[in-house]
Amino acid sequence: MINAVGRNIPDEILEKTGKEVFQGNNYLEGVEFHKRGPIVKPVLDHNMSKMVGSIREALEKCGAHDGMTLGFHHHFREGDLVVNMVMKEVHDMGFKDVTICASSLGKAHDALLPYIEDGTITGIESSGVRGKIGEAISTGKLKGLAIMRSHGGRVRAIQTGDTTIDISFIGAPTCDDYGNCKGIGGKSDCGVLSYSFVDGNHANKVVAVTDCLVPFPNYPADVSMTKVDYVCVVDNIGIPEKIATGAAKPTTDVRKLLMADYCTQVVINTPYFKEGFSYQTGVGGASIASAASLAKIMEERGIKMGFAVGGMSKGMVDMLDRGQVGKLLDTQDFDLFAVNSVKRPNHHRISAGAYANPFNKGSFVNKLDYVVLATLEVDVHFNCNVVVGSDGRITGAQGGHPDAAQGAKCTIVICPLLQGRIPAVCTEVTTVTTPGESIDVVVTDYGVAVNPARPDLLEALKEADCVPLKTIEELRDIAYSIVGEPEKVQVGDRIVGIIEARDGTIMDVVHEIKEFSFEEDLKQEEIMETIGDYCEQA
Amino acid sequence: MIIQKNAVAGTLESSDAMIMVEPAEAGEGIDFELDSVVIHQFGNQIRRVTFQTLERLGVKDVHIRVIDKGALDCTLKARIECAVYRSAEISDGLPWGGAIQ
Repeated sequence: MINAVGRNIPDEILEKTGKEVFQGNNYLEGVEFHKRGPIVKPVLDHNMSKMVGSIREALEKCGAHDGMTLGFHHHFREGDLVVNMVMKEVHDMGFKDVTICASSLGKAHDALLPYIEDGTITGIESSGVRGKIGEAISTGKLKGLAIMRSHGGRVRAIQTGDTTIDISFIGAPTCDDYGNCKGIGGKSDCGVLSYSFVDGNHANKVVAVTDCLVPFPNYPADVSMTKVDYVCVVDNIGIPEKIATGAAKPTTDVRKLLMADYCTQVVINTPYFKEGFSYQTGVGGASIASAASLAKIMEERGIKMGFAVGGMSKGMVDMLDRGQVGKLLDTQDFDLFAVNSVKRPNHHRISAGAYANPFNKGSFVNKLDYVVLATLEVDVHFNCNVVVGSDGRITGAQGGHPDAAQGAKCTIVICPLLQGRIPAVCTEVTTVTTPGESIDVVVTDYGVAVNPARPDLLEALKEADCVPLKTIEELRDIAYSIVGEPEKVQVGDRIVGIIEARDGTIMDVVHEIKEFSFEEDLKQEEIMETIGDYCEQA
Repeated sequence: MIIQKNAVAGTLESSDAMIMVEPAEAGEGIDFELDSVVIHQFGNQIRRVTFQTLERLGVKDVHIRVIDKGALDCTLKARIECAVYRSAEISDGLPWGGAIQ
């Protein structure tokens, strides 16, 4: 069945998953649902201890079983040790058919590959995957379907019961013996625990894993003792230098600086740029440079930002220092400046749900004026792809991309027109992760395109005469005139993953990859097959 | 044009390609091998450009290996041409773009 972004979702996938095809951003507006609560085992006896001696003991006490679903967060980013530690124990205990429902997985989790190959892990639900796990899914090693969903989508899936987490392991930089978890402090300080709030509220069993046990009460807690079953102290839950890096060096790449300048011009020349505006940006070179030049113009014009939301880094912290932004609403910390800033007033820790869950009674992304996002590919329908490489391999994450893109009034996507020989602006993206209806402006080093659905923005930018305006088709044509028109990637028949839209419908599917064959060889094969058929008939 | 000896041109830098040519017996034809970071999107295009360039240079029999790091067609043509000229041990008075008579 063809969905609202023109992708064919095979019936077998709809039957298998029980999901509908994507039918537009606001298709489920007004639909009511009953939020699923977790199974709770109360603690009445004041002599009862929540401390367990090992991950294995935690798994035993939580009733670990074949076919279970385990929850994890990714606040330790590439320095995460918790997922591998738990999955090693799960594997050693001989459990099979386990599904991992993580807020994201990265190269830090390459060690899980043998567990995918031997059937310990047969399901993966994540914002995205990189490295060896991506390769394993793309080559069909994962038995089940991988489900890629946004940060907001994960919260929705857990709250509606689409996904039930049997046991969630929450890596907590500090925790007390009764399970009060904080993202702040300890040696694996990650600032916030936003992605874990939903696990605390909805997982049937919750285990806090910490390398820094602090005196009771560790308060105010991100995940409260009222939701935690067991506490396990281990040597290390993360590698500090990989959790929060130093400040990213300001880019000197002229191409990125040019895009940053175009992006800033788009922001300041559109109608939402006024006192109290709201903004989200990423940590790519061009995004950081654009935030810096925007801050300068805000100062010159005496305009202050009301709030900034999402992942935080030095640029935003500096703006808070200078009083240029009212509040930072933080879901993830990318560098030490953000981690340290969390302790200050007006820098708030919020849950992934408050940030982006589409099934809330409203979330922060809905109140965004601007969001600046990167993309791997964007096509002439403004559909974006941030998960699957142009060669068909899964190698990225949705993160909050679809969430913020839909929520913001003006969604700006930045990408260089060409990445080596690969055109970022193309006729059809490899895989749709964010629908074109969410994207308003595309900024490239060769010019800026405005979605025809936003004539108001186009008019404002035309009037300001501040950036080279092109149509999206013109941008694609420039790209193709330089590198040639790329062929469609040859894929296998099997579907290995689905891209879930924010509301739980299916945005797109990901096929198994296939080795490349030249046209001539394919023709040869065809001829041989035909000859074979004749021989059989004869 | 006949490939006299092994020759190489190009680099393994991003957006470049390294071309290796080796002599082949007369009548053996073009033995083409491709290793490319963009093979899924441009594999057939790179093959076409290689065969066209060899034809233009009058090379009928050759083992050619292309290790491509995302080079544009113009780069590929130039590197192939250079490798073929080097294989003929000619560096003066090169007939750029055409066969050495």
